Amino acid sequence: MSIWFVPRDAAARSMGADAVAAALIDRGETVVRNGSRGMLWMEPLIERAETRDGGRVGWSNMTAVQIEQTLPSEDSEHYVGPVEEIDYLARQNRWIYERVGVTDPLDPEDYVRHGGLAGLKNALAVSGDAVVDIITTSGLRGRGGAGFPAGIKWRTVAEQSAQPHAGESRDATPHKYICVNADEGDSGTFADRMLMEGDPFCLLEGMTIAAHAVGADRGLVYLRSEYPDAIATLQAAIDIARERHWLGDDILGSKVAFDVEIRVGAGSYVCGEETAMLESLEGRRGMVRAKPPLPAIKGLFGTPTVINNVLTIASVPSILARGAETYAALGQERSLGTQVFQLAGNIAQGGIVETAFGITARALVADFGGGTRSGKPIRAVQLGGPLGAYLPDDKLDVAMTYEALAAAGGMIGHGGIVVFDETVNMADQARFAMDFCVEESCGKCTPCRIGAVRGVETLDKIRAGQDVEGNTALLRDLCDVMTQGSLCAMGGLTPNPVLSAINQFPEDFQSPVIATG
Amino acid sequence: MTITRQPEWNAKEAAALIAPIVASESGPVLLCLQAVQAYYGHVYSDAIALIADACNVSRADVHGVFTFYADLRETPPPAVPVRLCAAEACQAVGARTLKAEWSAACEASPELATLTGVDEPIFCLGNCALGPAAMVDGELIGRADVARLCQAIDAAQAQERPL
Repeated sequence: MSIWFVPRDAAARSMGADAVAAALIDRGETVVRNGSRGMLWMEPLIERAETRDGGRVGWSNMTAVQIEQTLPSEDSEHYVGPVEEIDYLARQNRWIYERVGVTDPLDPEDYVRHGGLAGLKNALAVSGDAVVDIITTSGLRGRGGAGFPAGIKWRTVAEQSAQPHAGESRDATPHKYICVNADEGDSGTFADRMLMEGDPFCLLEGMTIAAHAVGADRGLVYLRSEYPDAIATLQAAIDIARERHWLGDDILGSKVAFDVEIRVGAGSYVCGEETAMLESLEGRRGMVRAKPPLPAIKGLFGTPTVINNVLTIASVPSILARGAETYAALGQERSLGTQVFQLAGNIAQGGIVETAFGITARALVADFGGGTRSGKPIRAVQLGGPLGAYLPDDKLDVAMTYEALAAAGGMIGHGGIVVFDETVNMADQARFAMDFCVEESCGKCTPCRIGAVRGVETLDKIRAGQDVEGNTALLRDLCDVMTQGSLCAMGGLTPNPVLSAINQFPEDFQSPVIATG
Repeated sequence: MTITRQPEWNAKEAAALIAPIVASESGPVLLCLQAVQAYYGHVYSDAIALIADACNVSRADVHGVFTFYADLRETPPPAVPVRLCAAEACQAVGARTLKAEWSAACEASPELATLTGVDEPIFCLGNCALGPAAMVDGELIGRADVARLCQAIDAAQAQERPL
């Protein structure tokens, strides 16, 4: 009897996957709820196999009504053939995402059968120091945006001794923390969410390896409230992992003790900044802290703390399983390994593309993405989230590495790529960038808190045609103050989208527009 | 029409709700506020003093945390909250138009406006390849339009259960 796979990922559910699964069950079929393959324009993409691990063929964009009428066949116009042979998937190098879409995210046996725990077992067989060396050798850099080498961060934490919480007596239990930043607030990014929903054990395994490496005993995942499915799936995975001794006092029979809890965010973008996240985890307003002290030395509650993004930590198990050298052989310059790119916005084939660093933005947007969804020409692409620059179509041949993008005035950020067609008005986008900063600034630094308000006002004058030259000069000056005078990326990088819009698309700032906000 | 799904404020009950958090967690203020909101649907003003006392911090501290976070609300939520994503990836596929159309639909129908609340923009729901994205009563909607939003509202209402 065939087995049907229907994704439980929020994106697939947002297109009706639950009803499709229910319709299959009503027909007496066996249904496994897998993660999403990341070909999101096909969702709900359902798959059929003869055995649990057998080859799968798929049907895209299915609806419950279609299933109620008849089970899909190879003659259907929705038939996409063997799923893993689809060009979009076959051309990727799935490393972090190796199991996402393949396995049932909450089936621990499925996880182990598809290579889960191999990395943790290898890590537990050697010392924590040796694990830090492996991560350093792999060249893994932080995937949250800043690209800081993970091995150096881990080394710093490993060298500290565990500390009691600030304010506790010296005899109180000392701790070190692994804090995972899952506050994926950048528009155009969803890779953290899909990983947590599609392979949550991978994140837990990576956190446990990190804990062994640096001697941490507690883990927290700071997960945004906008992701209810990810919260539920990760919590279920934590419960299963505890039952199986994948978390707890004697992990896999070793002496390593480590446990993980979820902390849900409360709707603040700036809490994705690591020090604001620490403040929020400590129950306060998410106000950015000045550095030093580095979180690696004095982090959560004053204890040494590793803060890594979901994708950074999720890279770790496979590096331990397959070897640091294999990982470091991918990529270019100092951007090694794979990056999970996310194609979003006005794009025909949006979704997840995991591939080695160095692919060009154009290859991602045109070859994988298939151009715009609207069919109109691409006008602008925003790389790296709301704080990233807008690039015009003719600048898309840049290689997607930390170094090449920085040289081109862009940034890789969290790997999000948002495509706009020719209908976009870049003065509107510049205004939105400032307005977003008004909404989300934590308020600590004056250039960000007040500057963003003034930025919106000035852009409104420019858009209304008032002294365009003078106000543009004023805006540039303001952007300079924000860049130089803000503690974190919120105020410091908001000028990126604003200035790139002005510099690359000056025509949109020359003629008065109707204010739309 | 306002459907009340959340219990009425009860100080004793609220104190019992936050006591285990205060006992076991370092830095419990935000967790207490979230627990109160999860139970009551919003943060009653009485909760501020209660949490301040329990956590041994000032009311100003608790108020400061309360006002910082967009999720924390001082009024009950609408019966079927509708949130439209206002971020860039959705702007690229017509989020501004959808917002205008939705606002018009709510203006034309006061019942709809009361039922769903005035849309509070939300920045990114993580459905950026299938925009415009929306969330209706906690359920994510891809490629949203007014018709799909209304369908989702009907489905949510059909699931409404009394306390």
